[in-house]
Amino acid sequence: MGVPHASGDLSSEMEVDAFRHLFPLRYFERHLSESIRPDARPLGRARDTTLALGAVASAQGSALAKIGSTTMLAAIKMEVMTPSTESPEEGCIAIDFHMPPICSPIVRPGRPAEAAPVISKQLSDTISSSGMINLKELSLVSGKAAWMAYLDIYCLDADGALFDAALLSAVAAFSHLQIPIVSLNDDGKIVLVSEEDVGAKLEKEPVNKEKRKLTLSSIPFSLTCILHKNYILADPTAEEESIMETLVTVVLDSSARLVSFYKPGGSVFAYTSAVQDCVALTRQRVKELQEILDEAISGMETD
Amino acid sequence: METDRDDGRSPSQLRPLSCARNVLHRAHGSASWSQGDTKVLAAVYGPKAGTKKNENPEKACIEVIWKPKTGQIGKLEKEFEMILKRTLQSICILTINPNTTTSIIVQVVNDDGALLVCAINAACAALVDAGIPMKHLAVAICCCLAEGGYVILDPTKIEEQKMRGFAYLVFPNSVVSVLPEGLSHVEGEPMEHGIITSVTHGVMSVEEYLKCLERGRAASTKLSDFLRRSLQSQLPSDSSKAA
Repeated sequence: MGVPHASGDLSSEMEVDAFRHLFPLRYFERHLSESIRPDARPLGRARDTTLALGAVASAQGSALAKIGSTTMLAAIKMEVMTPSTESPEEGCIAIDFHMPPICSPIVRPGRPAEAAPVISKQLSDTISSSGMINLKELSLVSGKAAWMAYLDIYCLDADGALFDAALLSAVAAFSHLQIPIVSLNDDGKIVLVSEEDVGAKLEKEPVNKEKRKLTLSSIPFSLTCILHKNYILADPTAEEESIMETLVTVVLDSSARLVSFYKPGGSVFAYTSAVQDCVALTRQRVKELQEILDEAISGMETD
Repeated sequence: METDRDDGRSPSQLRPLSCARNVLHRAHGSASWSQGDTKVLAAVYGPKAGTKKNENPEKACIEVIWKPKTGQIGKLEKEFEMILKRTLQSICILTINPNTTTSIIVQVVNDDGALLVCAINAACAALVDAGIPMKHLAVAICCCLAEGGYVILDPTKIEEQKMRGFAYLVFPNSVVSVLPEGLSHVEGEPMEHGIITSVTHGVMSVEEYLKCLERGRAASTKLSDFLRRSLQSQLPSDSSKAA
């Protein structure tokens, strides 16, 4: 790498911490030329990822996802609504992404974060176009009643790769979701059947007989990479994102189809080789994330 | 392989393009850009003193304001604003006017598909009109993936809704000036093949995406020729404006 000799001399004379703050880019490039990152990760490795299902007791489905210190809490509330006339047999999903001021020093109270609506839009696009959820499964009575799933994702700590963590938590919350038991009452309205009533004899046949889960097909997983010169850094931290600006987010589903290739600008161009490298890194990451999700689900079932 | 489109175009045929600069006399730079029935008006104000909060004051700041045809701006428009801002940041030379803000106002006149790419092209022409220093231009193109895996370019709104997936791609324009080998070619590919921005919707295989890229690159050459021609033809009016 073409790090000027002068800067090498400077860095040996200066304290490391001061050098990091004064010349952040040079500090990173010195690491990158040794194929290592300041947090001791190789370039292509993502941070440790953990997933906990059922983090919110009052929600029908919830999950807490952590990638490094980026933390996302997702929770789903189900409500009964009347489906639209265009799609009488389909339910609906509403996704909202929140960035409260606790998540990052950049977000100030009273002023909504600029990134929040964008990530929220990206999430709903990704989830709807991946076809992970069959909206017909959310139907109760055709044309009369269907489920509306409100998915809210709260960012508790924004330390880079926000979309990856948000998508992971959303997918995990959907796999944890249990659709409650409801029945039709005499007025033709849908009522929730509480836990105690289940054992007792029901006057009316419940619309769905037992708590059920959604069948999720082709689950999407994502990986964000930074392109900097010829380097590709997987799963950046907030510090890396602020220093090197070109981000690429690749979303692949479990059968390795491309759900999204998202590169909003940036000073480094993505050539075909970089596109293929990013996709290859994402393929590996999808396998890891699939394992983490399966482990979390089987952990829940044995409890 | 071949398909008939509703308007009788071939799959890789673009709709008629038109570009006019200096259409608003109060703005520092303005342009209108239309592709078929999609039309977007862009105005540039600036550079104005000072940057917004959380922006780096050592660089020029770019602000994009999206005005939809009707109604309030929602999440979709916020996303468009962010994509436009990041795209324009990457083509402008931000170190020339540090601690300034340049506002780009994008007004949608009519949306008949490929709206974002039309807005990017309009904003780019408006920046040229305003004389904002830029490294190169950007040309945007929308590629649609139909059932059966063939690619069609520059879809109308109806085509966009029918399609399995689509990709908005932005490439740098082709350079005419002679550059040193290292600058004009990166890893054996010419510079104009690099992707500045890519946004995709719908599921496709990786091969299909690469096919979209290839078609998009081919079409971007035509687009960048058109952009260059329309910018050159209006040069005389530019000098009168400067005077």
